[in-house]
Amino acid sequence: MTDLSWLKESSTFTKPVIAEIQRAAQTGIYDIRGAGAKRSIPTFDDLVFLGASMSRYPLEGYRERCDTSVTLGSRFAKKPITIDIPVTIAGMSFGALSAQAKEALGRGASVMGTCTTTGDGGMTPEERGQSKYLVYQYLPSRYGMNPDDLRKADAIEVVVGQGAKPGGGGMLLGQKISPRVAEMRNLPQGIDQRSACRHPDWTGPDDLEIKILELREITDWQKPIFVKVGAARPYYDVTLAVKAGADVVVVDGMQGGTAATQDVFIEHVGIPTLPALRQAVAALQELDMHRKVQLIISGGIRSGADVAKALAMGADAVSIGSAALIAIGDNAPQHEQEYNALGTSAGYYDDWQDGRDPAGICTQDPALASRLDPVEAGRRLANYLNVLTLETQTLARACGKSHVHNLEPEDLAALTIEAAAMAQIPLAGTGWIPGKM
Amino acid sequence: MKTFDLDHDSVRELNAHIHSASREQIAVDNAGGRHALAVGATDENEITINGNVGYYCAGMNQQASITINGHAGPGLAENMMSGSIRVTGDASQYCAATAHGGLVVIEGNASSRCGISMKGVNIVVRGNVGHMSAFMAQSGALVVCGDAGDALGDSIYEAHLYVRGKVASLGADCEEKPMDDEHRRELQQLLDSAGVTDMSVDDFTRYGSARKLYHFNIDNAGAY
Repeated sequence: MTDLSWLKESSTFTKPVIAEIQRAAQTGIYDIRGAGAKRSIPTFDDLVFLGASMSRYPLEGYRERCDTSVTLGSRFAKKPITIDIPVTIAGMSFGALSAQAKEALGRGASVMGTCTTTGDGGMTPEERGQSKYLVYQYLPSRYGMNPDDLRKADAIEVVVGQGAKPGGGGMLLGQKISPRVAEMRNLPQGIDQRSACRHPDWTGPDDLEIKILELREITDWQKPIFVKVGAARPYYDVTLAVKAGADVVVVDGMQGGTAATQDVFIEHVGIPTLPALRQAVAALQELDMHRKVQLIISGGIRSGADVAKALAMGADAVSIGSAALIAIGDNAPQHEQEYNALGTSAGYYDDWQDGRDPAGICTQDPALASRLDPVEAGRRLANYLNVLTLETQTLARACGKSHVHNLEPEDLAALTIEAAAMAQIPLAGTGWIPGKM
Repeated sequence: MKTFDLDHDSVRELNAHIHSASREQIAVDNAGGRHALAVGATDENEITINGNVGYYCAGMNQQASITINGHAGPGLAENMMSGSIRVTGDASQYCAATAHGGLVVIEGNASSRCGISMKGVNIVVRGNVGHMSAFMAQSGALVVCGDAGDALGDSIYEAHLYVRGKVASLGADCEEKPMDDEHRRELQQLLDSAGVTDMSVDDFTRYGSARKLYHFNIDNAGAY
């Protein structure tokens, strides 16, 4: 056998880079995929908690109460919503996801007393029926948008952008445009459907203020109004969203997933969740609106540690998308043979755009979609949300907090200079915050 | 008839009343360019607004017939579902954006992006429309009795466009279409509904989608 152990891989032209150049040369089109950024960036893993010891008392696990409830929309809405856990389900469309998947998300969220969110394409009866709290997204394309559903919603989320692609629209490829999806979107079946990158009837924060006024008037000031932005310039975007009248601001970091976007967009536009959160909190604090306008952070949230660290940095809640899909069955190992047939493997499958998801989640193929049992999948999501909550409480109790919102930046230390600089948390073992001292 | 004078009554009071009213006649005086007037109506009320209106007047209207004796600001009748809107003056940009149904009649001119992403509404403009009108228009019909600005019907899906005057330019994937009998009938019905009696359908030209950009094809990248 030939000895190839001496071969040295280029750090510039790695195997994936070479494969992408070869793919691009063959097809002449950029790579479109689902999921979020895969590159290595500073994350919540680069922070640790400073558990209680001499100067702070911890709370007893399994005995002393650690509250997790969060009220969203207390600024202007007559009917703010109070969720039981600080984790919500992010907006994902019926179209990108099967009706079974949407129902499962609603079921799992409802068991845990939290909210789920529609997406581009409108509200399905399955999702509304199974969701205790449902946030209705108001997107640029306005596919499926109608005032009856607006009134059925528990909150309205004006989507300006998302973390996977701040400044970008979307494309739902024709293979996912089933008769039902086409009817809901008022477009021909089977064509590629463009989701606009900007709203058709407003531009800029001054217009947004009037748009929010209109939505409030239509719904008689009942519904909390969220504004969601992709993390690009979160300090300014959050400031402007507050000025425009938002009850809740949602900031989605670059790790946030998508159903279908160019790889170059996912990997190279936007900033990570960690610095985005810090800038968003700074904006709220400077406006004296922290905790008055609630902040939801999303993008790469995976564990109770991520949740607790986000809350300690100042978020009121987090939102999960990709992790929720994994919990209900995405990339499950029992589909390994079918993933292999698609040229991938369980744990790597990200062609959420092409409608052939063996797990029955990112598809509109009736046969594939029917594989997902919404009841069972909803139970898995509830289990996962329960674990996130228990982990968050465990960490909060260790820091002596009787409510997860009592977690604070002083409970954290950073493991890397980059994380210390981005999160404005002292480097562990020092009092040093890069840029401050 | 219930009358609101917006120099004394609030927009909130007006909209709250409209949301609970049924088959009423409602008059609104001194509109004064205020925003979000008569939004979210849900019943067959007849609403007359005297004066110019600001943004999003008649937004998401369902069933109501609303007449604006004046000019309308941006986003008139946005996402309207049904009912009818008539503006005696001009309408600003994004008129009837994403609207799903009903009839919008502009007796003057409509500015840019009239009918953007329209999803089933019928729009009749007696004057001219600005640039990028019917951008990404999905369904419904836009009738322009005057001239149309640049990039009419850019990235259009299945909406029907009828223009009596000149078109400055057509947008990507929009082309002139033959005027068949079914289109003459549709146009005549739209003109009749709008109360336009002094124009002949024979003077209009139909435009619609060439359907060349319905599937993303790298060979068409230059068209965008």
